[in-house]
Amino acid sequence: MKKQDQQNSAKELLRKQYARMVEKVTPSSKLLEGCLRSFWVGGLICTLGQAFSDLGYRYLSLNSTEASTFGSMVLVFITALLTGIGIFDRIGKYAGAGTVVPITGFANAMVSPAMEYRPEGWVLGTGAKLFTIAGPVLVYGITASVAVGLIYCLIGG
Amino acid sequence: MLKTVKHIGEQTVLLESMPGIIASAAVVGPKEGKGPLGINFDEVVDDPLCGQESFEMAEHMIFRRACEKCIANAGMEKGQVQALLGGDLLNQIMAASLSARELGIPFFGLYGACSTMTESLLLGAMLCDGGYFDPVLCAAGSHFCTAERQYRFPLEYGCQRTPSAQWTVTGAGAHMLARGRGKVRIPMGTVGRVIDLGVTDANNMGAAMAPAAADTILHHLLDTGRTLADYDQFVTGDLGAVGSRLLYDLLGKNGVELSGKKHTDCGLMIFDKDQDVHAGGSGCGCAASVLRGYILPNLEMGHWKRVAFMATGALLSTTSSQQGETIPGVAHLVVLEREA
Amino acid sequence: MMLWTYIKVFLCGGMLCLMGEWIILKTKLTPARILVAYITAGVILSAVGLYGPFVSFAQAGATVPLTGFGHILAQGAIAAVQEKGWIGAFTGGLTAAAGGITAAVFFGFLTAVLFKPKAKQ
Repeated sequence: MKKQDQQNSAKELLRKQYARMVEKVTPSSKLLEGCLRSFWVGGLICTLGQAFSDLGYRYLSLNSTEASTFGSMVLVFITALLTGIGIFDRIGKYAGAGTVVPITGFANAMVSPAMEYRPEGWVLGTGAKLFTIAGPVLVYGITASVAVGLIYCLIGG
Repeated sequence: MLKTVKHIGEQTVLLESMPGIIASAAVVGPKEGKGPLGINFDEVVDDPLCGQESFEMAEHMIFRRACEKCIANAGMEKGQVQALLGGDLLNQIMAASLSARELGIPFFGLYGACSTMTESLLLGAMLCDGGYFDPVLCAAGSHFCTAERQYRFPLEYGCQRTPSAQWTVTGAGAHMLARGRGKVRIPMGTVGRVIDLGVTDANNMGAAMAPAAADTILHHLLDTGRTLADYDQFVTGDLGAVGSRLLYDLLGKNGVELSGKKHTDCGLMIFDKDQDVHAGGSGCGCAASVLRGYILPNLEMGHWKRVAFMATGALLSTTSSQQGETIPGVAHLVVLEREA
Repeated sequence: MMLWTYIKVFLCGGMLCLMGEWIILKTKLTPARILVAYITAGVILSAVGLYGPFVSFAQAGATVPLTGFGHILAQGAIAAVQEKGWIGAFTGGLTAAAGGITAAVFFGFLTAVLFKPKAKQ
């Protein structure tokens, strides 16, 4: 038993040593460059969203909440189109979180598997895989909102 | 342990009849065709879909065409090939199985991830040497688009690749082995152990596989009593830039000084630096096609006399990595020798 | 006035994205996990009353990032609870967020009908 413990700790040590070796030679992503890129692209996407929602408010006689939803919907549409013609992945490669964090990332996460899995059929391919990456987002978002609603009901309502 | 004349040390087999590679073929995708070895391949397909409905079917077409071209290069008919050994990266090695269905050759399906090429060469050479099958066709293939979807994200998903990530080669290589024939012979080989030093980052396959490569080299040298000086070159499959560095470090710790002078990595050969593949190429098709496009020509032209060729595989599945398992690696070594 | 709004939108939206990138690079979290983390953080921040003032300040800079999506879910649930009682906790969130989700499903499906994925070069 003791011998096995010794072997295990020797193995652990080897693994730790190797992890250090790996860390030393593995090039890391450029933090500053990545952050700058995601900052300006992400900022620009939000600004576009604001512009669309302003347009909706002014010319489509939407109230302010509807206008904000409208802005997001236009961004979703543009993302779907750019994903379809094969440009969005290049923007995402440049911007990283700049396209992931805004609603564009959510839209891209639904559109890209829907396209990719089309050969597996309309139902189990496109229909099911639409939610592979975006599904968890809805699961946790909805669950959290129900919890918030119930807590509010108990303490505030 | 079984002691026979065909087995030396712990992991090394001797192939007395010296099976040789009598013909080869490689079919690759457009990006690989634009790489430095592009002109050495038998066919460069210009459409990654190969006119098929899905990338999986395209991978299967590429695999089958490499096999057919190899048979043609050997001047044979399908019916003369006694066994096909091969595999790919798809779930349940679909590309190889479907190809075997159409080729109608008795088939051993292999999965060794990116180590499949040397796994099939080693087993094929043993079958030849044992007198069971002769000739034997050994093949391996992979496709960037199918590997991305299976192991990472959909093609149109916009995300960044880390600098240590590697690019799966679209391509397949097939090699015909026959007993006692051919310019390049396989006198021995070393079967690898599965080694895992706890790497979990699926974007750093080179680091996951380097310990297995080092282990196989050390055992090979121990089993045979040879040193690095006995070889003109050590060629690894797809360690990439990161994995190669780690291989030198790991061997150095054991007193074996390997360096870039005596080591080539297929993953670093197949693409140019400006092709944006980060740490290099990977996939079963990488070692399989570079063997055809670079290693065999160098041996045949006499630049090298004896080479240790070792494809390395990261034996992860999406399930195992989602369940938090670390990534095991394996490396099989075959010695390639020019017939004097 | 309008220009100042747009500057606020750009800076706040950009900062939320920058934070996401920093987390991805530092922790090796996958983008899918970032999305989940952001939406959940949005729901919680909104529930404790922090995200609402941020939205009135930054507008689309706060609503377009996924945290804004969480904010819509949480506010929808709370408003519906006020209106209809406990059942609102189940109906309010998705009702408020229906526009974005439905657009993503609809356009996602439409795109899959019209386009095929292309290999990367």
